[in-house]
Amino acid sequence: MGNGQLGRRAGVVTIPDSPFPIHAVEAMSDPLIRVEGLAKRFAGRDGAHATVFENIHFSIEPGEFVCLIGHSGCGKTTILNILAGLEPATDGYVFVGGREISGPSLDRAVIFQSHALMPWLTVMGNVGFAVSSRWRDWDRARVRAHCQKYIDLVTLAGAENKRPAELSGGMKQRVGIARALAIQPKMLLMDEPFSALDALTRGMLQEEALRICAETSQTVFMITHDVDEAILLADRIILMTNAPNAKIAEIVVNTLPRNRNRHDMHRHPHYYRIRNHLIEFLVDRSRAFDEESAASGYDPRHPPLVRPGLAGDSPAPEHSIPARPPTAAKPLVAVVK
Amino acid sequence: MGRASRWAAPALSVLLLLLFLGVWHAATLPTAGQQVVDAEYAKLVGAAAATGQKTAFPSPADLGAKLWQHLKEPFYDRGPNDKGVGVQLAYSLARVLAGYFLAALVAVPVGFLIGMSPTVYRALDPFIQVLKPISPLAWMPLALFTLKDSSISAVFVIFICSLWPMLINTAFGVASVRREWLNVAKTLEVGPVRKAFRVILPAAAPTIMTGMRISIGIAWLVIVAAEMLVGGTGIGYFVWNEWNNLSITNILAAILAIGLVGMVLDQMLARLTKLVTFPE
Repeated sequence: MGNGQLGRRAGVVTIPDSPFPIHAVEAMSDPLIRVEGLAKRFAGRDGAHATVFENIHFSIEPGEFVCLIGHSGCGKTTILNILAGLEPATDGYVFVGGREISGPSLDRAVIFQSHALMPWLTVMGNVGFAVSSRWRDWDRARVRAHCQKYIDLVTLAGAENKRPAELSGGMKQRVGIARALAIQPKMLLMDEPFSALDALTRGMLQEEALRICAETSQTVFMITHDVDEAILLADRIILMTNAPNAKIAEIVVNTLPRNRNRHDMHRHPHYYRIRNHLIEFLVDRSRAFDEESAASGYDPRHPPLVRPGLAGDSPAPEHSIPARPPTAAKPLVAVVK
Repeated sequence: MGRASRWAAPALSVLLLLLFLGVWHAATLPTAGQQVVDAEYAKLVGAAAATGQKTAFPSPADLGAKLWQHLKEPFYDRGPNDKGVGVQLAYSLARVLAGYFLAALVAVPVGFLIGMSPTVYRALDPFIQVLKPISPLAWMPLALFTLKDSSISAVFVIFICSLWPMLINTAFGVASVRREWLNVAKTLEVGPVRKAFRVILPAAAPTIMTGMRISIGIAWLVIVAAEMLVGGTGIGYFVWNEWNNLSITNILAAILAIGLVGMVLDQMLARLTKLVTFPE
């Protein structure tokens, strides 16, 4: 099976008229975020070090939406916390705008999975706390006016004076988004922001996130284990292998047009190719990636950039995609969560 | 059903009270037959009680009359051993509040610092664990020796007994502030003072207030015993003095007053706790 995949990936990579040049990331001079050789190890009981992940290299361009997908325990959240400055890395560096980070910063706003709102403050109070932390010399009226703009942006107008306990899960997460956006950060870090919500609310918030990111041309790094969410939102999807010794297996370029939406995204010919590629990775390849990479000259500094969405247009044979009908693939996502 | 259950509990309370008063009344009814008692004893407890017409224990009516007398004139002062119950309660309350607020002034900031640092928490824990179970009255001789003033010693005893619940609860509340709220503060580059007052204090406030409520309860328990020891003024001294006067009626009146004041103190702190509690 490894051969089939290699062939397909090679086919994708050698497309000459691709809209995204290979190693586009390296070609551009100034990524917003550059991650170099990141690693996290824990001291084990017998003195040996348990490596969660190592040799993580990637970068994020300004205005780009990047998703990180991988199984639980592969260190996704740790990577996000390191980017946020909340957790130290054992090895490696993170550069933001060319400067190495040394801790948390107002430049990088975090949207937490558990929304992390302060229950003793109202919606306005929660957003206002962030705004007055960012601009310490602003008076009350200015802070309020600024908060109102972002509360309106996430369509929470009318709920300003409610406490988090009076809000639904989706509304709470909207407040979290408003709080993060209100400080006008250079980038947003989202840790599975929609995973605690019901499917209907999740879909609505995903579309809103897409709209807000388009309106504000925000740079986003998001962790998810929802394949559809990644395809809907991300420009590039980073695939991580399983722990221990997790690494970036490859980076999938989302070739769906940027004005995609939840309702007809699945009609685009690229959609199922990308989706199958991601699910196939999560189900099979994320486990056995070491064997696969040994044969392919894998270089962790430059994880392969692939465009499975264009695979059908290339000579790569369709049967190289495993014989799993798309409908059967859905429950597998649930299994791998 | 809703209406019935709303009135059932108060009605039952009144019924139980009436039942209690009835049994009490029946038990203290004067017995019919004459009783021959020792002459010395008759002198001591009064002729009526000694001859069996009436027991030494007051009836509910006696207590009611006494309470009415105290209510009519709660703040009289006729010398060191004859002061109104109101005056004595005021002395006790003043001591309790002085010791309690001094303790809060120490316990809340110190508890805050202990809670912020796991190392300090662990370092001070053995001391707190040893000091906490010591009966506050055991400090009394030490306080009398060093402070050389009985009234200040009573305040010190209150201070010591209110200190521990507030200290421990503050430290615990501060130490268990949710990690995510601290992370929010971190990513917003919030300074330490702003973080302490805007994040940690409101998050820990319900736990701190619970400690303060436990403390006021203990302080009010301890003041009676402390005043029995130091004497002079206060409701504890009043109880002891009335025991020496063998006035069971006054003792009962004082017991009732102690209970009512303690309840009011507890309810006040419960209200304050409710104010700072937030729904999750």
